[in-house]
Amino acid sequence: MSESLSTDLNFFQVKKGIISWLFSLDHKRIGLMYLYAIISFFLVGVTLGLLMRLELIAPGETIMKAKTYNQTFTLHGVIMIFLFIIPSIPAIFGNFFLPIMLGTDDVALPKLNLLSWWLYVIGALFALSTLVFGDGPADTGWTFYAPYSVQTNTNVTMSVMAAFILGFSSILTGLNFIVTIHRLRAPGMGWFQMPLFAWSLYATSWIQLLATPIIGITLLMIVAERAFGVGLFDPAIGGDPILYQHLFWIYSHPAVYIMALPAMGIISEIIPTFAKRSIFGYKAIAYSSMAIAFVGYFVWGHHMFTSGMSGSARIIFSVLTFMVAIPTAIKVFNWVATMYKGSIDLQPPMLYAMAFIFQFMIGGLTGLVLAALAADIHLHDTYFVVGHFHYVMFGGTGFAMFGGMHYWFPKIWGRMYNIKIAKFAFALLVLGFNMLYFPMLILGLMGMPRRYYDYLPQFTDLNVLSTVGSWILAIGLITMLVNLINGMRKGAPAGRNPWGSISLEWQTKSPPPLENFDKQPELNEGGPYNYKN
Amino acid sequence: MAHFVLPNSGHNYDPESSKLGMWLFLFTEILLFGGLFIVYFVYRTINSDAFLRASYELNITMGTINTIILITSSMTVAMAITALQKGKEKFAINLLWITLLFAIAFLINKYFEWSIKIEHGIFPGMEHYNGLETGQKLYFFLYYFMTGLHALHIIVGAIFIGFVIKGIQEGNVTADRISLLENSGLYWHLVDLIWIYLFPLFYLIN
Ligand code: HEM
Ligand SMILES: [Cu+2]
Repeated sequence: MSESLSTDLNFFQVKKGIISWLFSLDHKRIGLMYLYAIISFFLVGVTLGLLMRLELIAPGETIMKAKTYNQTFTLHGVIMIFLFIIPSIPAIFGNFFLPIMLGTDDVALPKLNLLSWWLYVIGALFALSTLVFGDGPADTGWTFYAPYSVQTNTNVTMSVMAAFILGFSSILTGLNFIVTIHRLRAPGMGWFQMPLFAWSLYATSWIQLLATPIIGITLLMIVAERAFGVGLFDPAIGGDPILYQHLFWIYSHPAVYIMALPAMGIISEIIPTFAKRSIFGYKAIAYSSMAIAFVGYFVWGHHMFTSGMSGSARIIFSVLTFMVAIPTAIKVFNWVATMYKGSIDLQPPMLYAMAFIFQFMIGGLTGLVLAALAADIHLHDTYFVVGHFHYVMFGGTGFAMFGGMHYWFPKIWGRMYNIKIAKFAFALLVLGFNMLYFPMLILGLMGMPRRYYDYLPQFTDLNVLSTVGSWILAIGLITMLVNLINGMRKGAPAGRNPWGSISLEWQTKSPPPLENFDKQPELNEGGPYNYKN
Repeated sequence: MAHFVLPNSGHNYDPESSKLGMWLFLFTEILLFGGLFIVYFVYRTINSDAFLRASYELNITMGTINTIILITSSMTVAMAITALQKGKEKFAINLLWITLLFAIAFLINKYFEWSIKIEHGIFPGMEHYNGLETGQKLYFFLYYFMTGLHALHIIVGAIFIGFVIKGIQEGNVTADRISLLENSGLYWHLVDLIWIYLFPLFYLIN
């Protein structure tokens, strides 16, 4: 009798107490711990962003000094990149849903998964410790460019070690997912019967595996250079700073696809569900993920058009960068074609998916502007770049993550949030987001440089607009989170499959039992998106 | 009513999974050292004369001894795997102990190599070192960094082998559940392989 009871319990109920969470091997609990941690760091990062925007509401010193501003954007960048956006979708939804979508009960290496989580925690503590210990957070920018990162007396060593440890955590998660996808697919699930989210995680995992070690060792060299004063990268003592930039971007450009691919995966789940149509061009989407991962490897030089590279190298990097746009556009065409003539149900997840497509396209197209050599000479290190990458990372991946949160919410907690408030929060977010970042694109074209706490008076109006946008965005975020937290605690029971989706995670109970399935999941004939209409 | 258990459970013993995981991990290790090799080659190309002159400071005999030690230890690990597969647990354990002794011998040798150089003042921050030309400084720094990182890998590998010995003694690692031993062996071969590259790059420049 006690045994049948345990199958009736969901994964929240099987064990209680903080220890049963912190040392859990259950991929669902690990995913949720990542969720809580990552959202908390996101809010810290947002707060830093709001403070910067407040500083920039008027020219001259408003609320902070130049050095504080430099430290603020560095910490903001480090938190947003290494603690928020890189782990976000894979660590949260990948952990929670990859095994369920494959029809299994856990990742292939559960103990390693727990290790990744603990490395993430330790890395995060390192990053935040710079706030309290030493000479304050680094002021180099999140890129830690040498030689300044070797010379500044702020606490670069700690921040860099944090990035190293977080990279290790990311490698192990990627490794685990690759093994899981190879070994644990449900009987009968071939590679092309996998959900597209799993495909996108597969491509992402390879990037995590192949790119992260390079930045790991590069960052260790920065630490060594600071500790021993040897000129690895500082030209004053014989090093080559351009070499640092190459090594840094060999990782950090592919990292952009670590951020973007899982987001595209979520969108490929949401759109067929709410258009109630089979996804258009399944194989094209799956292959284009792998193509993006592959080509994305050879474009890092586009971050260095202005820092000393031969003309032919620049042309090659520019052309290759344009080529990444092709598989990306293939995906956009496929999503739009899926929606075409579908009976679209505009639920919150679908709204986020559509905002993703719109904003990600602005991010992508501005990226092409920057990939053009002549344009980049003018736009490099201006607010155009700041606008561009926020559109990609926040307007794209960030919104896709919010979409995923609204999509899988009823599965994770077994309850539904308030749909009306969710839509209202969404409207605030889209409005605030575009008001915050679109002016930056124009400011950049006008020539306003990034990474300064001050600007010329003629830039004032657009900066005020941008700062007001940041407030609207902040209200939207709070509304969204409060609505979700309320739904978690007292929303109406949602049932197994509130959206009428046909992929595997919706066959089991909400919340799922510890073993994920109470009976053998049944694969759909004709793949995971075979909607009858 | 018993639990429903999926056939493809992540909690099954699956040697293929752990082996695949290990291979992927070895791949990242190669890339980690790969970053260092890139830096090494860039600076060696720029400072080829200085690298050559600095390399005369290294003791080729000691380097050769260490190379032989590592290759032999790779062999003893491989033999231990075969021994355990045939069910000869005692023999496997002895071979692993020999491997550990080799690892310690390697580290002791390394320790003497480093301390001789440090006695001569060749270490970042020391007087003799500071007087060297830039290329030589880079050479020695890379030497310490790369062989140091490699030595760290030796220590990690040795700890793994220690766990395997314990596992065999307690009956957790057997001919049927050999994957921990096999994976430690793979790791050990990689550590060996990296040394095979480090040795000519630092000791045998010409
Ligand atoms: C309310 C939300 C946010 C606001 C108000 C905000 C605002 C800003 C501002 C004002 C800058 C500095 C521009 C400069 O002086 O150069 C900045 C930089 C940056 N932001 Fe955000 N941001 C927000 C969210 C995000 C998110 C979600 C991400 C990533 C997913 C992100 C990633 C970055 C990065 C990487 C930098 C560059 C830091 C550097 O220059 O080293 N931000 N942000
Ligand atoms: Cu890039």
